[in-house]
Amino acid sequence: MHNYSRKDRAILFFNKILLVFIALIIIFPLLYVLLGSFLDPSVLLSKGISFNPSDWTLEGYRRVFQDDLIVRSFLNSILYAVGFTLITIVFTVLAAYPLSVEGFKGKNFFMIFFLVTMFFNGGLIPTYLLIKDLGLINSIWAIILPGSVAVWNIILVRTFFKGLPKELKEAAKMDGASELQIFLKIVLPLAKPVIFVIALYAFVGQWNSYFNAMIYLEDQDLYPLQLVLRSILIQNEVQPGMINDMQAAAELSKIAEKIKYASIVVSSLPLLIMYPFFQKYFEKGVMVGSLK
Amino acid sequence: MEEPINKKIKSMKKSKIKDRTEQSFLQYFKSNYTLYLFLAPAVIVVFIFNYIPMYGALIAFKDFSAMKGILGSDWVGLEHFKEFLTSPNFLNIFLNTIKLSFLELIIGFPIPIILALMLNQIRRAMVKKNIQLVLYAPNFISVVIVAGMIFILLSPTGPINTIFSMFTNSPVPFMTDPDMFRPIYIFSGIWQTAGWASIIYVAALANVDPQLHEAATLDGASLFQRMIHIDLPTLKPVIAVLLILSVGGIMAIGFEKAYLLQTDLNLPASEILPTYVYKRGLQLGDYSYSTAVGLFNSIINVVLLIFANNVVKKLSKGESLY
Repeated sequence: MHNYSRKDRAILFFNKILLVFIALIIIFPLLYVLLGSFLDPSVLLSKGISFNPSDWTLEGYRRVFQDDLIVRSFLNSILYAVGFTLITIVFTVLAAYPLSVEGFKGKNFFMIFFLVTMFFNGGLIPTYLLIKDLGLINSIWAIILPGSVAVWNIILVRTFFKGLPKELKEAAKMDGASELQIFLKIVLPLAKPVIFVIALYAFVGQWNSYFNAMIYLEDQDLYPLQLVLRSILIQNEVQPGMINDMQAAAELSKIAEKIKYASIVVSSLPLLIMYPFFQKYFEKGVMVGSLK
Repeated sequence: MEEPINKKIKSMKKSKIKDRTEQSFLQYFKSNYTLYLFLAPAVIVVFIFNYIPMYGALIAFKDFSAMKGILGSDWVGLEHFKEFLTSPNFLNIFLNTIKLSFLELIIGFPIPIILALMLNQIRRAMVKKNIQLVLYAPNFISVVIVAGMIFILLSPTGPINTIFSMFTNSPVPFMTDPDMFRPIYIFSGIWQTAGWASIIYVAALANVDPQLHEAATLDGASLFQRMIHIDLPTLKPVIAVLLILSVGGIMAIGFEKAYLLQTDLNLPASEILPTYVYKRGLQLGDYSYSTAVGLFNSIINVVLLIFANNVVKKLSKGESLY
């Protein structure tokens, strides 16, 4: 199509090389940790990728999977992410529908009510005190309720509802359908794509967060995965269940290192494998959101 | 006698009209109460978890004691603000916050735009898709894991220091050197989010009319010239809106990663307002004082948002958020 000059072709070539280089920089840490979880890191650094089978080990993984706390926190994370996602979907879709109905009385009031939260918030401490006063410390509700209703999501779904052809609703109204019936039988089935987008973002967001859990959960049995990872990776605390058979300090620190690598792989691999399948929807979310 | 009757009729008409509108709202409510029920859960959640804490922020002006409650605690006015602004920590923490967020904005903001312009030049769809798949991936890794990987990669015996050891004698103390905190924070942020942030620009570039490029090529414009004079102007509105949003959020810098990357030794550079609020408030229990610090942070935020909006509005003649 284009007739590129020699200079342009050189730029295009350089551009491609640079992008591949950037991609390599992005992959390098991930690959290093992945290899390091099977190989002794000291071997990896001194010899590179070793093909000597005696250098390979699944020790880190064995210890990660035998630890109750990691397994339990993994299940907790699933519970929190699923719960948060369900609440987000139900509350958001329900709220967005009336705001999309033409002639709905009080629309402006409710829109402003929600929009205000985009610009103002009480801050960390007052929110914490409220949760404490409500008796929600150490409760799953402190994790899955606050933040479940996001203005951004409401606007996104409302915009989608507004774009649906009016004839559909009018025809149903002529047949004597109530608002509830219209919503359930006509609007909801059509809204599946936008609901899916919101659900993905809610799930990933909740799965990857640790802050609310850190301040609202004190009982270790309730910890989500990210919080346990934090104690392993950042605070360098090895779970007693993982190392109860170790005595020598040198061996212990070596195993602790292995556990770090393995837990990173175990916890981030599910999302990294899943995301390419849903990439289309994630991108859609960015796009629709940008249009407002 | 005629006139008063007229007036009466008029006033009757008026009240009737008024009645009708009032009635019709009630009627509307009655016949559409399901719609209001739909809104109820979201309204309740937002009221409880967003609005009540706004009222709770009053304790910034009080000496909060749990026994007396928010209303019952004694007023102290701007005491806590004064205490913070005159404390020896203030300048350091405030400047840390400003420096970290401005550097992140100045360095981090243009990169997704450049990435998108570069990606746009890749003609083969498969190659482009695969590169994008890699560029987007870090966005799905949690901040805890990113911080964990940073500690592993940058440890004195880690891979980066092993590479550096070819050039230097002693390992670089990345995680304990305050001067290293900001570069690490910003570079890892770019590593994690730049690819994902480029999506929106890539999409905007897909809308460029190919005929523009063809015409420009015929006129002898080079590839680089076309990027600057056709592609970049297409992105201008998107850039304007995103720039306002990021300047507005400049002081809302993420607590999560800064807190994870803090070590006792890099605190002189890594202590920022949000981490300070968390430590003073939740770890030491100075509820009122830390609420005041948090409020100070949000006030600056709102001011910056308004400022950014006005600047961008002037620069781009009309492009603004509100």
